[in-house]
Amino acid sequence: MQEWIRFLDVNAPRILQLTIEHAMLVGLAIIVALIIGVPLGIYLTTNEYLAGTVLQVASITLTIPSIALFGVMIPVFSMINQGIGFVPAFVALVLYSQLPIIRNTYTAIKNVSPEMRDAAVGVGMKTYQRLLRVEIPNALPVIMAGIRTAVVLNIGIGVIAAYIGAGGLGVLITQGISRGDNYLIISGSLAVAFLAMIADGILLLIQKRYTPKGIAN
Amino acid sequence: MITFDHTTKTYEGGVTAVNNVDFTVEEGSIVVLLGPSGCGKTTLLRMVNRLESITDGRIIIDGQNSMELNQIELRRKIGYVIQSNGLFPNMTIEENVMIVPDLLGWSKKEKRDRFHTLMELIGLNPKEYRKRYPHELSGGQQQRIGVVRALAADPPVMLMDEPFGALDPIIREKIQEEFLQIQREVKKTILFVSHDIDEAIKMADKIVLLRGGEIMQFDTPSEMLAHPKNDFVVQFFGKDRAIRSLSLHTVKDLQDNIGLVDFDETIHDTKTININQDLRNTLSMLMNQEADQVIVTDNNDHKLGAVTIDLVQKYLHFEIKGKPAASQKG
Repeated sequence: MQEWIRFLDVNAPRILQLTIEHAMLVGLAIIVALIIGVPLGIYLTTNEYLAGTVLQVASITLTIPSIALFGVMIPVFSMINQGIGFVPAFVALVLYSQLPIIRNTYTAIKNVSPEMRDAAVGVGMKTYQRLLRVEIPNALPVIMAGIRTAVVLNIGIGVIAAYIGAGGLGVLITQGISRGDNYLIISGSLAVAFLAMIADGILLLIQKRYTPKGIAN
Repeated sequence: MITFDHTTKTYEGGVTAVNNVDFTVEEGSIVVLLGPSGCGKTTLLRMVNRLESITDGRIIIDGQNSMELNQIELRRKIGYVIQSNGLFPNMTIEENVMIVPDLLGWSKKEKRDRFHTLMELIGLNPKEYRKRYPHELSGGQQQRIGVVRALAADPPVMLMDEPFGALDPIIREKIQEEFLQIQREVKKTILFVSHDIDEAIKMADKIVLLRGGEIMQFDTPSEMLAHPKNDFVVQFFGKDRAIRSLSLHTVKDLQDNIGLVDFDETIHDTKTININQDLRNTLSMLMNQEADQVIVTDNNDHKLGAVTIDLVQKYLHFEIKGKPAASQKG
């Protein structure tokens, strides 16, 4: 315990700073991933042919080991002099979060009961009205579940970004491994876990706040 | 008025769901599409608001070919009620009921007033239900809301796809009666899908009996029961079609045609029945109790006479089947 107190006394500001860095990286990646993924998922519900292909590609992306994907980013972004650091890590995280976001959005809207969709069409709603008034509100809890999965996934994968110089809590862990310093490894890991729990909790609150009252049970 | 003119629906792959169907739903009347599952009744209904495409022939709604109308506008002009009520769970009762007026751009005041009128029509307190959600209502209430939603923008034509099919028998009968009451006021042109023979007999001005996408018979319920056109119709209505046909006639009809018998003052505890009750219920009552007569009363509980099993049988043969009573024994 004594050692821990001494360790934190020295390292707390750095841990906090790296946590903020980590949260920024993941947060920005998620925002961009949402801007791409949610509309794409919604659009795919109206285009069956494209849906199969896109979901397949997104699935394959998620199976690429994260360290390999980060590695691949280096030569690609070297072409614009951004081979290491924030940009390649950010792009890799955006790609990783696509699958849960697109798939949950797509599945959630597809799973809105056929009777409800039938009623929406039958009363004379246009496609966009049906999506905005009926399908998206009723699909919201499942869409949010996908977003929460993507956030937690990215906070974990973001650790690997340290290897390509993007900073974040991965720095503590990689340094800890190379120096054989358990304090660094454990504090880095705990910080990642706390960050994930806090982010998920905040998103759960948002989900509860925006889920229509009629389906919140 | 809805006119089906050689209407045909063939799916890709050659399955014919609706074949060369010809009939007219007269202004202000209810036509029930009846038949076994897979007979094409729901498909035919959904072709009217173009949820299903028409392969051949035409559907003419109030003088206009449905294919020449804008699909969205067409649907907003047709009330649509489905079995599982199709209410939107994310919207309040008021939002649900007012969805079509909302899509049509009515003002807030117009919507509020209309909501009050409609809720009063089905006997639900508008203030109490306005802010509630569908899941907070019972099945019967949800279905009532489903019906008034279809009435909201006062469409001349309504399509009802087994609207009361998911309700338990007691509630179903109650809502059927309520709906007929409403129909007497609003006089919509209604196409109604059912697989329930008793429901069809009760609701229909005319029945279209379908099999394999083709019309087997198009007639009033009493004609169909008394004069089935072919074996399928006979089979479909079953051996008890004579008894079923009794539900189309009231004790009053019997009194007007063959008269009641005098009631026996010496029998105590005889049950009474209102003169407007149908003969099927009357017969059930007669058979359920030991006395061989039931006293008929008018709306003021004034005793008019009595009805017996013999009398119902006589009426059945004489009036419904059109045979002279004398040729029957008893």
